[in-house]
Amino acid sequence: MSDRPLYDLTAHEAADLLARREVSSRQLTEAVLERIRQVEGRIEAFVTVTDELALRQADEADKRLAAGDATPTLVGVPAAIKDVICTKGVRTTCGSRMLENFVPPYNAHVTERLLQAGLVMVGKANMDEYAMGSSTENSAFHPTHNPWDLDRVPGGSSGGSAACVSAGEAFYALGSDTGGSIRQPASLCGVVGMKPTYGRVSRFGLVAFASSLDQIGPLTKDVTDCALVLNAIAGHDRRDATSAPLDAPDFTASLIPDLRGLRVGVPREYFVEGMDDGVRACIEAAVRQIEALGAEADWDISLPSTGSALACYYIIAPSEAMANLARYDGVKYGYSNMQGESMFENMERTRQYGFGDEVKRRIMLGTYALSAGYYDAYYLKAQKVRTLIRREFDDAFQRCDVLLSAVSPTPAFRLGEKTDNPLQMYLSDVCTIPVNIAGLPAVSVPCGFVDGPDGRSLPVGLHVMGKPFDEPTILRVAYAYEQATDWHKARPPL
Amino acid sequence: MAITREEVRHVATLFRLGLSEEDIARFQEQLSQIIDYFQVLQQVDTEGVEPTSHTLALENVMRDDEPRPSFPHEDILANAPFREEGFFRVRAVLE
Repeated sequence: MSDRPLYDLTAHEAADLLARREVSSRQLTEAVLERIRQVEGRIEAFVTVTDELALRQADEADKRLAAGDATPTLVGVPAAIKDVICTKGVRTTCGSRMLENFVPPYNAHVTERLLQAGLVMVGKANMDEYAMGSSTENSAFHPTHNPWDLDRVPGGSSGGSAACVSAGEAFYALGSDTGGSIRQPASLCGVVGMKPTYGRVSRFGLVAFASSLDQIGPLTKDVTDCALVLNAIAGHDRRDATSAPLDAPDFTASLIPDLRGLRVGVPREYFVEGMDDGVRACIEAAVRQIEALGAEADWDISLPSTGSALACYYIIAPSEAMANLARYDGVKYGYSNMQGESMFENMERTRQYGFGDEVKRRIMLGTYALSAGYYDAYYLKAQKVRTLIRREFDDAFQRCDVLLSAVSPTPAFRLGEKTDNPLQMYLSDVCTIPVNIAGLPAVSVPCGFVDGPDGRSLPVGLHVMGKPFDEPTILRVAYAYEQATDWHKARPPL
Repeated sequence: MAITREEVRHVATLFRLGLSEEDIARFQEQLSQIIDYFQVLQQVDTEGVEPTSHTLALENVMRDDEPRPSFPHEDILANAPFREEGFFRVRAVLE
C-alpha cells in the first residue's frame, strides 16, 4: 500500500484493496466519513450525509466480501448519489423547498442496481433545484464550493456530486445530465463525468426535469471508474418506457490505451466567442496528444446549427419541465400551503413558496412557449431545429468516430458572478447542450489547468462526444488520453 | 420588451403559479431578454423539416397487462401534507 490516504484512492484502487482484504469496507467508509467531517464545512457538497446508513451498508459489504463475493467490483466502495435520484427511506429533496421533507417510498432503478452491486451510500449530493442550473447556486439549501478554489462554483447542476468526488468525500457519485449537468461540473472540478446515450440508463426513480433529455451517469476520479460505474447502472428497464431494449456491453473492455485507426473530429463552432484562451490551449494540446496516440484528426468539422442549439434547448427543456412540474400541487407529497381562499389559490401559493426563482423562470418559459399562439413559433420550431442538429451530428459521424471540444468555454466562475443574469448562466452550457438535444453519449475528462487571476489552478475538461450507444469508443479515447497524461492524478489543495 | 406584464400574469395563471408584484416585474425583464434571444431560431431554415420530439426510434412500447401488487396504502400516504381517514385531504373544489 502506498502512503496515500484512503480517501484519495480511485474506486478501482479501493476495490482492489477490498478484494485483497487489505482494508475493510468499514475502514474505507470511516476514512471517507472522517474526510467529510474535515472538509465538508468548506465544500458543502451534500444535502444529507447518511453516515449511519453508510456504516451499516459497509458492515454488510464486509460480510459479503468475507463470504468471497467480490464479483461486482464496487462492493463496499463508498459513493454519493445526487439528490434528484430516489433512495427509499432516505430524504430526496431535489435541492428544493418543495421536496425538503420528501422520503421516497421506492428506489430508483439505478439505486437498486447499485445496492445489488454492494452500495455504501455516504450521502445525497447537493444540486441546483430540480437540476436547473449550471452552478449549484440554485440549491434551496446552500451553494456548493469548488474544491480547487472555494470562492468559485463547482458547476451544476450535479455540483455536489462533482465536488464530493474531487474532494475525496466519495469514491464515485451519480449525477444527472439534461444539458450538461454531469459534464460541466466534472470539467470545473477536475473529475471524469459521463452522460450516457439517451435510453442507456433507466430514468425510473429520477425526479423528472425534461424527459426527452434527462440521463443519469457517473462522476468518478478516472475513466476506469467511469466504466465500472456504467457497468453497474446501464441496461434495459421496463419501468422506463424510453429505456433502450439493448444489452449493455462490458464497458471495461473499451479501456484500450491505443487510438490507431480512429478518426477524431474537431467541430470549429465549439471554439465559441468569449472562450478562455487557456481553455482553448488545453483543448488544442489534448487533440494533438490524441493524434500522437495514433488517431487521425480532422480539425475542420462543421456543425452549423450549433449556434441555435442553446435557444432550441431553452424552449424544449422548459416546455417539458413545465409539464413535469405540474404534479407539485401540495396534495400528494411535498410542501403545501393551504392558507388561500380556494383550491386554486392554495396551488398557486404552494408553488410560489415551494419553488425557487430559476424553477419559476423555466416554468414561465415553458408555459409561454406552449401557450396558444406561440406553439408554432417556439416549440414546433425548436423541434425542427432539433432535427437539424441531429442530422448534422449524423453527417459528422460519417467522417469521424468521435468529436472533441471543450466542455465549458471557461473554467469555474466566481460564486455570485452570474446569478443576476440568467442568460449569461445559460451560455455556460453552450458546448454540452447539443449532445442532449441529439441524445448522444459524451464524457468530460480532465485535460489540464488554467491559472485563475488569484493564482489558483482551475481544471479544464476535454469533451469527447460519440455516436448513439457508442460509449465504448468515447471511453477508449478518454482512457487512452488519460493514461498518456497525469491530469487525473491531481487533487485539489484542501 | 418581448413580453408585457399582463402576459406574465396570464402565463402564471395558466400554470397556477403564484407570483408577487416584484416577481412579475423582474420576470418581465428577464423573460423578455431570453425570448429575444430565441429569435435566433427564426433565422434557421426549417422548410420541410420534420420535428423531433424524441431521439430514440421507439414507438408505442407495450407490456402485458398483468396484475401486480401496488404500493402499500400507508407508504403512499406517508408523504401527504394533509390526510384524513386514509385519504389525501384537499380543499373543497366545489363551493
